[in-house]
This record gives sequence, structure tokens and C-alpha cells, in this order.
Amino acid sequence: MSTDTATATTAAPAAEQKAPPGPGMRFVNWGANYIEDRTSLSGMVKELGRKIFPDHWSFMLGEVALYSFVVILLSGTFLTFFFQASMAPVIYEGAYPTMKGVEMSAAMASTLDISFEVRGGLLMRQVHHWAALLFVASIGLHMLRVFFTGAFRKPREINWVVGFLLFILAMAEGFTGYSLPDDLLSGNGLRIIDGMVKGVPVIGTWISYLLFGGEFPGEAIVGRLYMLHIMLLPALVIAAIGVHMILLIVNKHTQFAGPGRTQENVVGAPILPVFAAKAAGFFFIVFGVIMVIASTVTINPIWNYGPYDPSPVSAGTQPDWYIGFADGMLRLIPPHLETEIFGFTFTWYILIPIVVLGLFLVVVALYPFIEGWVTGDKREHHIADRPRNAPARTAIGAAGVTFYAVMWAAASSDLIATHFRLSIEWVTHTLQALLILGPIIAYLVTKRVCLGLQKKDREIALHGFESGRIVRLPGGEYIEVHEQLSDYDRWRLVSYEEYAPLMVRPNTNGKITVSTKLRGALSRWFFEDRIAPVTRAEIEASHHGH
Amino acid sequence: MTSATSADAASETQVAKLTADGEKLFAANCASCHGLQAQGTEDAPTLIGVGAASVDFQVGTGRMPMAAQGPQAEKKPVQFTDEQIAALAAWVASLGPGPSIPEAQYLEGDDLATGAELFRINCAMCHNVAGAGGALTEGKFAPALAGVEAKHIYEAMITGPQNMPVFNDANISPEDKANIISYLKYVEESGSPGGLDLGNLGPVSEGLFVWIFALGAIVAITIWLTAKSN
Ligand code: HEC
Ligand code: HEC
Repeated sequence: MSTDTATATTAAPAAEQKAPPGPGMRFVNWGANYIEDRTSLSGMVKELGRKIFPDHWSFMLGEVALYSFVVILLSGTFLTFFFQASMAPVIYEGAYPTMKGVEMSAAMASTLDISFEVRGGLLMRQVHHWAALLFVASIGLHMLRVFFTGAFRKPREINWVVGFLLFILAMAEGFTGYSLPDDLLSGNGLRIIDGMVKGVPVIGTWISYLLFGGEFPGEAIVGRLYMLHIMLLPALVIAAIGVHMILLIVNKHTQFAGPGRTQENVVGAPILPVFAAKAAGFFFIVFGVIMVIASTVTINPIWNYGPYDPSPVSAGTQPDWYIGFADGMLRLIPPHLETEIFGFTFTWYILIPIVVLGLFLVVVALYPFIEGWVTGDKREHHIADRPRNAPARTAIGAAGVTFYAVMWAAASSDLIATHFRLSIEWVTHTLQALLILGPIIAYLVTKRVCLGLQKKDREIALHGFESGRIVRLPGGEYIEVHEQLSDYDRWRLVSYEEYAPLMVRPNTNGKITVSTKLRGALSRWFFEDRIAPVTRAEIEASHHGH
Repeated sequence: MTSATSADAASETQVAKLTADGEKLFAANCASCHGLQAQGTEDAPTLIGVGAASVDFQVGTGRMPMAAQGPQAEKKPVQFTDEQIAALAAWVASLGPGPSIPEAQYLEGDDLATGAELFRINCAMCHNVAGAGGALTEGKFAPALAGVEAKHIYEAMITGPQNMPVFNDANISPEDKANIISYLKYVEESGSPGGLDLGNLGPVSEGLFVWIFALGAIVAITIWLTAKSN
């Protein structure tokens, strides 16, 4: 026990041997023993402290998300001290001249007070909002990294799903927070949500009344969103982060292939002390970047937007970026698609976007299982793929990113039109075409590029790279000398796994079911173009050849 | 406000001279499109009854003489001096009654909050809440309002250039027009209390900013950090 404690509290035994510890050290020792006797924490600290984190810049994106979430919690707590989640009408009598004497909800008035009366309030609002945008953005980038390196494969499928939930929760946190000030911009956002809900056949109107506590906008929604925003959603986010971290520790971190890095080990820095120190430093860097931006760049100037009022809508009304893809989908669907069946109106221009967005998200959430089923791959993977070495997946990812990006761009179609001097109709029609063609083109191009890169890698692994040195042979022939790679460099190029399409085999009853056939077809499509990794024999053969 | 207001101060002969100058300038610069008597042609509408305000706005903001056919006549560097514009306006105003150039008292109001509210209700759907501009259909757009002279804002409201509706005194009283002008000037001059305003374009520019600058900076730092250790 006592030795454990000593390890956990750093350097205590060494000090004991040399001289009797000073009062400070004695206090630390006593404190550590006190806690250890009551919790037996040291075992866990030791265990956790030995966890290894590999070093690669792209592995730090999840950390960025985590640290911006901490900043959100800190600044958000500050905001709750002053925000009033009430839609009761008040007359604003604060400092901002263009709002003086205007009737607005208490929520809006208190947000203006935070901005102009509370010391540091505007800064905190801006810190909170910028950190929120960064939070979702870093989650997005982190997800892309995990996707393109195949880090979601067995045994990490579940953690992918947990991460996906975090992404959804983060968007929900963002949207509820965005709506709280009850300003014109966010009110229009809620109006769109209301419209979407009402567009659901039969039950839509009922649900809308339930949500808003009566006819939109009602007097209840801000209070309700506030509850979600500061209690339920943060609790869920924290719980999901907890599960995410635990699974990360259980599954260990993936790493890129390299000499000495195998499926069985993780090469990097242990949490204690190296990684923890680095992480703490990195936290302050992220915090610092957010602070610099928040103190110099305006975000969500509600004093321009004014209080919510159902009649005016501003040009350039957009949601925060992470909801943009949904807004864009609504803008891309051709208008007037409606049918009336049995007295119920089916508003397809709302239902189709809901279905498309829903399907898109479901595919993202379930992708690990889909890929696992198609490839029939049951192996555990701890070495991250280089994107080029999984051309089909990388191409699917590129198609998905394109699809998302087109929807996202559509959310700013009006700004694209004014800033590039185009007509808005032209922009919309182009984006409509791109929504369908873009992913296909992205898929084909990405796959070609991946295969090309793989071929090049293979060339280099076998024959070395072109040194630029031209030599004239005695016979008069010119050749370019190829420099051989070091074994270290070659490792990176050749160590990836080989796949083959699944064979379609009859099941125990001797039948080939439809799903087996489908699976076989998908698997062939997934693997049809592939470049086999270089084998040892090939390398040796090529060396003899020279 | 009648078309006689501008004539009140000047004597009859000066007005006559101004109008005569205006006629000449018009014949030289505008008649090719609008016709010698401003009666209108296939290329351009009649100017009879558009009033001095319309001419002052169109020529004073550089929209007229129109350069190229496009979705809408756009602002260009102004091509005439103030006197020449006044002359053109006087001649067009003499053709038929129409809104005249506003007097200074209507260019500054004292109720910013009302101005802001009226702007949100009447103008923001085209010009954006902070006057940053916005897209209309078929390549037309409502321009950003920063830097527009107070009298031109007033004239835009009473003449309704191109796709902009006319806001007559029954819609928005002259005092409230003044309040709107003061609101726009306040937004322009006070700057954003929060720092850089990113063009007042709202969440789109904020989103781009966070991806490019915030995440960009952080990714650059991560690359630098891991490069050092390797
Ligand atoms: C190349 C052709 C062209 C020339 C030259 C031209 N205009 Fe115009 N003008 C137009 C057209 C077309 C419109 C209507 C649509 C618009 O406003 O863009 C117009 C509109 C106007 C209007 C607004 C009419 C209204 O209904 O309020 C005024 C005022 C005007 N012009 C004044 C002038 C003056 C003064 C000149 C000379 C300095 C001039 N224009 C020269 C083509 C021209
Ligand atoms: C239906 C959309 C619409 C509404 C509503 C509207 N405008 Fe406009 N506005 C325009 C368009 C389009 C133009 C450009 C006209 C042109 O170029 O001739 C314009 C031009 C202007 C200009 C001239 C800007 C410049 O750069 O010279 C001003 C000032 C202006 N509007 C003020 C207002 C005010 C104030 C209101 C509200 C009382 C308002 N507008 C309402 C569409 C609108």
C-alpha cells in the first residue's frame, strides 16, 4: 500500500532517504495516505498513468473537442448567473441605444444586459459561442480522421457510435443554446423547426403544439430549451464523454504503422507524466485560441437582430454552421411538392429532406457495421489505415463529405449569389445538380487517386525513389539511379493488410440466400480494385534484380 | 414636401437657368435612352413625374447614366458635379410633379430604437438586419447600406429604385424615415461592440471563420507540437 502511494505522489521515497521531509512534504504525504486509505485510488492511477498515447497531430482533434467543451462549461456557468429563461414581455431600459424602450422577452433583455451591463459578460457570451462552434467543428474533423484511418473497425465500433451520439448531442446543445436569447435570428430558426414538425402528416400540428405549449411561438419554448440546454443535454454529453474515454482506454489508441508498432502494442508517451503534462499545456493553447478570437471577433450580435417577432425575416438568415446542412437540404428541395391524400396534405418538400437527412445520419452512425458486414472482416485492428490503402472506404468518405458540403453550401446560397455576382436561381440549380453528381464524381476520382498513390508506393517500396541522378552506362545508355528506401521508411509503405472479396457460399441448407448474394456483390464492389501490398519475397527478388 | 420646395429659396430666374442647363445636360447624356423629352424609349422608362428625388438618387449614387445592361443598374463613380445633378433634377422635376429632394431636417432622427424596429420590419428582408445587403431573384440584389449618404437613403425610400418598393409618407412618416436613417448611421459609425463584425453576414461568416481560423490555427499548432517531438 504505502509503496503504491509513494509512486502516485512522486518522489516521496527519495526524499525520505535523504533528509526528513519538510512540513510541506509531510502534509502531501499525509494527504495522499489519507485519500489512499479511504479510496485505494493508487492502483487506478498507476494503471491509468501507464496508458500510452501515440503521437500524431490528427490524434489531437478529439482533445480539441474535449477542451472546448470544458471552456463551454466554464463560460456557460457564468452565463447562467445572469440569464433569465423567460418569455415574459418586458421593456428594455438598458444601455444599448437602438433597443431602448423596445418590448422584448425577459430572455432577450437579460442577454442584452449580459452583453452591455454585466462586466465581462459580452466576452463570456462570445467565448461560449465561439467555443461551441469550435466544439462541433473539432468533433467533425475528429470523426473524419477516425473514418479515413479506419479507426472505427473492430473492436472500436461501439465507440464510433458513442462518438456519433456526441456529435448529435453537440448539435442539439448548439441549437438549443442558439435559440435561448429569443432574438429575431434564432426565432426564425425555431420557426423553421416548427414548420418541419408541422409538415409531418397527421401528428405534426399536435407535436408542434406540444413542443411550444400552444400556437408558435408561445411563451414556453425558451424555458423548455433552457432546461434541455443546461441540464439534460450537458448531463448526456458528460456521460457520453465518460463512456467514450473508458472505451478509449479499454480499446487502446490506434497508431499508424511503423517499425516497432504492431497490432499488439502502442508506441507513444504514457499518460503520467508526459502525456498529462502535454495535454494540460494543449488545453491552455485551445483555451487561448478561443479567448483571442472571442475578444476580437463578434459572434451572434443579437443587438442587431432585435427581439423575435414573427413578421420580419432578415435577408441572410442562417443557422449556426453545424445546422447548415439541414437548412441547405430544405433550400435544395424543389418547392411546391405536395399531394393531398384523404384530406391530409403530404408536404414532400419537408418530408423528403427529413428522410434524406435522417438516412444520411443513420448511415454515418452505422457505417462500421455496414463495412464490417460487407467485408466480412472479423479481425481486430489497432493499426490505423492510411486512407489510400482502403480506396473504397476513402472514396465513400469523400462522397459523403461532398454530399454534406453541398448541402452546407446550399444554406448560404444567397450569400454565394451576392458575393460572386450570380443569380440565386443559378446557384440553387447548380447545387441541386451537384448534390447528386458531386458524390459520384468524388467517389470515382478519390478511388482513382488512392489506387494511383498505392501504385506509386509499391513502386517506391520495390525499386526505391528516383534520385534525380542520371548515369551514363558504358554502353552509352542513360539511366536514372533509384535510391533504395531505408527499412524504416519502407515499413510505412508495405505494412497494410490485404483483403479479398467475400466468397458467396451456400448456407447450411445448401442455399444461397438473397442477402448472401447482395453481400457478395457489395463485397466485390468494395474490393474490386485493389493493389496487393508488397511481400517480403517481392522485395528480396527486386533487390537481387539490381 | 412638393416639387416646389427646392425652388422656394432660389429666385425665378435662377430656377429658369438651372432648368435650361438641366435640359442641355439631359439631351447630351440621358436622352439616348430616356428620349429628348424624357418621355421614355424602348430602352428606358419615362422620367415624367419621377421627381427631383429620383434623379438626385440615380445620378447622385452613380447609377445613371446607366452603363451596361445587367440585372440592375449598379452604382458607379458619380459622373456629374453637384450643380449638374441639381440642374438635371430641376429639369426633370419641371416636367411633372414628383417627390423632391428632402431637406436636412428629415435626415436625422432622435429615436434610434424606432428606427431600428421599422428597419427590421420594412427593410431587413432585403437589406439584412444590419444593412449588410442580400440576394433577390434573378441576379438582382439589395445593396449593403454602409456609406450611403443620408439624403440618398431618404430618396431611395420615397422613389423605390428598381426592385425596391416605394415607402410613401403614409407607410413611414418623414420623421420615422429620419429615424431609420439615424439607425443606419449609428450601426455604421459605432461599429460592433463585440469586435470585428465579419461583414455582419451572420452565422455563415462565423462558421467559415471558426473552420478556417480557429480550427486552422489549432491544427497548425498540433502539427507543430508533434513535429517537434518526432
Ligand atoms: C443606357 C441607357 C440609360 C442612360 C444613358 C440613362 N438611363 Fe436612366 N434609366 C435607364 C433604365 C433602363 C432605367 C430603368 C431601370 C433602372 O432603374 O435600372 C432608368 C431609370 C432612371 C431613373 C429612375 C426612374 C424611376 O422610375 O424612378 C432616373 C431618375 C433616371 N434613369 C435618370 C437618368 C438620367 C438623369 C440620366 C442621364 C444622366 C440617365 N437616366 C441616363 C437607362 C438609362
Ligand atoms: C424588396 C426588397 C427591398 C426592400 C423591402 C427595401 N429595399 Fe432598399 N433596395 C432594394 C434594391 C433592390 C435596391 C437597389 C436598387 C438599385 O440599385 O437601383 C435598394 C436600394 C436601396 C438604397 C440605395 C443603396 C445604395 O447603395 O445606393 C437604400 C439607401 C435603400 N435601398 C434603403 C432601404 C430602406 C431604408 C428600406 C426600408 C424602408 C428598404 N431599402 C427596403 C430592395 C429593397
